[in-house]
Amino acid sequence: MSNIPADLRYTKSHEWVRTLADGTLEVGITDHAQHALGDLVFVEVPEAGRSVKANEPCAVVESVKAASDVYAPFAGQVVAGNSRLTAEPETVNTEPYAGGWLMRLKAAPGSLEAAQLLSPADYQKLLDAEGG
Amino acid sequence: MGRRTPLFELHRELNARIVDFGGWDMPVQYGSQIGEHHAVRRAAGVFDVSHMCVVDLSGTRTPEFLRELLANDVAKLKSHGKALYSCMLNEQGGVLDDLIVYFLGDSGYRLVVNAGTRDKDVAWIRARAAAHGVQVKERSDLAMLAVQGPQARAKAVQLLPPADVDAALALDTFSGRQLGGWFVARTGYTGEDGFEIMLPAEDAVPAWRSLNALGVASCGLGARDTLRLEAGMNLYGNDMDESTQPFESGLAWTVALEPRTRRFVGRGALEAIAQAGSPRKLVGLVLEDRGVLRSHQKVLVADGGAGEITSGTFSPTLERSIALARVPAQTGAQVQVDIRGKLLNARVVRPPFVRFGRALIT
Repeated sequence: MSNIPADLRYTKSHEWVRTLADGTLEVGITDHAQHALGDLVFVEVPEAGRSVKANEPCAVVESVKAASDVYAPFAGQVVAGNSRLTAEPETVNTEPYAGGWLMRLKAAPGSLEAAQLLSPADYQKLLDAEGG
Repeated sequence: MGRRTPLFELHRELNARIVDFGGWDMPVQYGSQIGEHHAVRRAAGVFDVSHMCVVDLSGTRTPEFLRELLANDVAKLKSHGKALYSCMLNEQGGVLDDLIVYFLGDSGYRLVVNAGTRDKDVAWIRARAAAHGVQVKERSDLAMLAVQGPQARAKAVQLLPPADVDAALALDTFSGRQLGGWFVARTGYTGEDGFEIMLPAEDAVPAWRSLNALGVASCGLGARDTLRLEAGMNLYGNDMDESTQPFESGLAWTVALEPRTRRFVGRGALEAIAQAGSPRKLVGLVLEDRGVLRSHQKVLVADGGAGEITSGTFSPTLERSIALARVPAQTGAQVQVDIRGKLLNARVVRPPFVRFGRALIT
């Protein structure tokens, strides 16, 4: 059974989004996603200042088995990539919703609303439908 | 639903993640793939390799038949139980499969062929065996376990009747022996010591449970792949196939061109290549930059030539990425690999990368 924190929002491609106190949005991959990928051995995060479009691949997580893209859930600008993951990619496995965050973004005006992020309940339904 | 081995329900009970592998529903991992990898390098692990196909050959002309069928020469097999690794080629020298052949004295020879090629292989073998009066028997009644790691043999012999333990421990590397209903061979695909055990299907589940109780870790095909790649061993379908020949696949050592009088399938094509020199070779790569090498990534060579990665992964033992790559014959000591549009530096090395738990690459 996957862990789906109630205070986050989600995407159909298994990212989570957290609103920080200053309005910046933190993005990572869900517990379901990290479990499906297996042991992560390499993570590439975007550099601060980069502008991203909604659904643009902007990070890569690689397990022993395969490489997977992580998509920007909405358009905006990268405030920070999580540099800890360069040396400790396994943090995404051990704490996907905390130390394993991938990037912090500043949303472009209106982009967050346009993104139609999923509630925890709707994300759970998505997993149920996928048989996960 | 794919084909299933006698251990399928046990894999499910052990919470394995099941994937399709060459038409078979097989366990890729039970828990952490890296954990399973280290268990084999440091202690012992057990793999279900029952999807591989055991084919027994019998008849007085079997040696002549195999000397025609295989690129390696079974005349090298002098003692009972001794094994030989060989390619089976088509007339163009392309690799139909790689296999192990055991010499079993008067009872004939035993082949172990790959899962993904078994139907094609058996058809190819049968089509040629008839002319020699050789009987071909697919042993679908057998399961196969690979028990691998520095502690593997000491653990596995505890499953044998006490009277057979000494005989099993006395096996030379790359040889096997029938002990009661089990055929025990000191072979493997991990770069560690251990056994591959062919046993009646109904013995497979109790044997697996006993090994687990002895502390032998259940290991899936994921760890099997990282272990074999660290050991510098080819995977059929990745590192060679019908469109590639042994000399460009790191397998020249398995082709017996001597004696010249032996007319094996593919010989003509290989002689021509040996004379001209193979234009490509298979090498090992160690990534010097951060990232993970994967099959089909493009390899760029100093003089403008290019090659391709055939197998790549993150090496849990070396904690960096390694690969096998097919590159132009003149490739030097350094190459670049195109990973998602970035050119990363890799060093050319001679496999294996790891053997008996020890890193051979710095």
